[in-house]
Amino acid sequence: MRAKFVVGGAVIAVALTYMIYAGVTQSAVYFVTPAELRASAVAGKAYRLGGMVLPGSLRWEPRTLDLHFTLGDGTATVPVHHKGTPPDLFGEGRGAVVEGTWSADGYFRASLILAKHSEEYKAPHGTSQTGYKELIRTLKGEGR
Amino acid sequence: MIPELGYGAAIVALGLALWGALAAALGARTGRPALVLSAQHAALGVFALVTACLALLMYAFLTFDFSVRYVATNTNLGTPFYYRITGVWGALEGSIILWTWMLALYTLIVILRHRESARELYPWVLTVMLGVLAFFLLVITVAAPPFARLHPVPADGHGLNPLLEDTGMITHPVALYLGFTGLTVPFAFAMAALITGRVGDAWLTMTRRWTIVAWYFLSLGLLIGGWWSYHVLGWGGYWAWDPVENAAFMPWLTATAFLHSVMIQERRRMLKLWNLALVIMTFGLTLFGTFLTRSGVIASVHAFTQGTIGAFFLGFLALVLLTALGLLAWRWDALGAQGALDSVVSRESAFLLNNVMLVAAAFTVFFGTVFPLLSEALRGVKVSVGAPFFNQVNVPLFLGLIFLMGVGPLIAWRRASVDNLRRNFLGPVLTGVAAAAFFFALGVHSALAVLTLALTVFVAATIALDFARATRVRARMGEPLLPAMGGLLRRHNRRYGGFVVHLGVLIIAVGVTGSQAWSVQTETTLGRGESTELAGYRVRFEDLAASEESNHFKVAGAFTVSDGRVLGVLRPAKKFYPQEQSPIAYVDYRLGLREDIYLVLGDFARDGSRATVKLQVNRLVSWIWIGGLVLTAGAGLAILPETKRTA
Repeated sequence: MRAKFVVGGAVIAVALTYMIYAGVTQSAVYFVTPAELRASAVAGKAYRLGGMVLPGSLRWEPRTLDLHFTLGDGTATVPVHHKGTPPDLFGEGRGAVVEGTWSADGYFRASLILAKHSEEYKAPHGTSQTGYKELIRTLKGEGR
Repeated sequence: MIPELGYGAAIVALGLALWGALAAALGARTGRPALVLSAQHAALGVFALVTACLALLMYAFLTFDFSVRYVATNTNLGTPFYYRITGVWGALEGSIILWTWMLALYTLIVILRHRESARELYPWVLTVMLGVLAFFLLVITVAAPPFARLHPVPADGHGLNPLLEDTGMITHPVALYLGFTGLTVPFAFAMAALITGRVGDAWLTMTRRWTIVAWYFLSLGLLIGGWWSYHVLGWGGYWAWDPVENAAFMPWLTATAFLHSVMIQERRRMLKLWNLALVIMTFGLTLFGTFLTRSGVIASVHAFTQGTIGAFFLGFLALVLLTALGLLAWRWDALGAQGALDSVVSRESAFLLNNVMLVAAAFTVFFGTVFPLLSEALRGVKVSVGAPFFNQVNVPLFLGLIFLMGVGPLIAWRRASVDNLRRNFLGPVLTGVAAAAFFFALGVHSALAVLTLALTVFVAATIALDFARATRVRARMGEPLLPAMGGLLRRHNRRYGGFVVHLGVLIIAVGVTGSQAWSVQTETTLGRGESTELAGYRVRFEDLAASEESNHFKVAGAFTVSDGRVLGVLRPAKKFYPQEQSPIAYVDYRLGLREDIYLVLGDFARDGSRATVKLQVNRLVSWIWIGGLVLTAGAGLAILPETKRTA
């Protein structure tokens, strides 16, 4: 009787180990910086690329949903292309992590953008508020 | 003055908790009831003082006392009343206070309920509860002081994280923490059982309902978390295998395993060691989860806080595990089984397998969550495994668990005869096979979906079969049908509460299957008056409007949804909080039993001429929430005190 359970337990343990092993090898995503990606990019391989969205590099075409920007880490830069709206926390001069593959054509094809959230305390400042008020005025003036 | 009072209260509470833990232990060792009584008084004092801490912090929030750093960080003059109260637990420091308060409350209830009934165990239970309380009070006074001052005092605060301004966030942490802290009670009883050497069934019987209570709240917390994720975060999903979610899911899995293995020990006097290990593991996982999510070791969209408390939690976790393992080793000889497994085809094995699978699932989640840390520490490369990993490994385990959910409650104890199997399972298996054929004919061609749905129907059939049989027995004795059913639920509330929970899980499984297999989405930019179509729905962009709310500005689009006839107008928006660098999406949706229409405003032209939207038609997601309600109702039924047969 005991032997049956030992065998059963062993079978389960082996199956689980295999599932975890296969799961890891199939879905492991390497986290790289632009410099690391530049050094050893393999086309078609999945990466998570983290860097700063370089100021002036962001191009967003609402009609075609094409989003182009460049991620940099101070030493190297990588052009990134994504199909879809930039997420809320995304913007020039901010950190971003993108998930996707390196394309043989020399750019990173991002399937997912994970913008970084900064949580440090900062005093509220009036300038951005006036920005929003102006936005509201524009919308109210022409949107009605 | 108020913050100093709060800080002082926490320090005195810490002293009382330490004294109480020591006094109860001494009282147990020396057999002096006066010491235990003193510990009891200390526990009451701790509860009063922590209540004062919580009230004082709440007061600081309500009066906008920005000289307190925590208040200034998590509220501002525009924060609405409700969110000034919930802001108390909007971040780390206040969460720990709420946590500690609940723990003190549980301690109080343990005192009220068990001071007479659990004579030998009771002093040690008190020691453990007060010891854990002392740890949390140490965190409050040293590692994450909620009453720390801020210099200079700002004119206005930063404000609550806008994502937390939601009713789900009022209830989600409360439920989750009631679950987490509730799991301390079985742990304390397990420790007491080991210390006293009374490792029999007494501690189990006494903690059974405590575990169900904690499990109830933990489930509720997870469900509300999923609902919040679905209707606030705007990605159209309810579960992302985020480390924060995993942190709550792991103890849920092991607690679920424990709730099942308890029955084996009650019935067959087996698995004593295993049950103790499960309780220790579950408690350890609640601490580990807090470490994981609050120490900032894993970057995550949820992990809002960082700090030095990681070391505190890791140290305490190590202490707990070492002590527990030491005690297990010490009592090793007493932990052998009195019963033995007779057959592979029996209820015992079904439950055993259920336990193995639940713990395997917990291990998988654990492994996937810490994998990035491990690989960074061991190999120096950051590698993460995302949702595909968790799904790939867990889906087979969960399917197996669903299957066992049908087998376990009906199969015979000890050794199931062929006759028993035929009597209980022939009908349900045939129903399941017929269901598979039916769904296939209906056009469901995903093997996974067909398998899940067939298993679901199989399990539902076993539940129906059992319930019908039991009702028939009562009806035959002359009871009318409906009262017979009600009486069954009430009299055997633990068994049928369990069945209702299973039913809830089945409904959730259908919802998860449907949403994974059949949801569709599209993203597009619309000019005013233009429309897009998806899955038979047409969504037309009408208009963009801006408004000023109490603490933010809002730009909302108006989109008419129709499926031939007009169904209504959805108004997804973007909210601009002055204190945040980025806008926050506000999702609008139309929920349905079959499918939800879910609309997110992505981007817009400032003149209102164009809007980019993400449109999703999410299938069967509502089943998850309905299943969740059924599940918690079942757990609630199981919590009710068992009634003795009177008629």
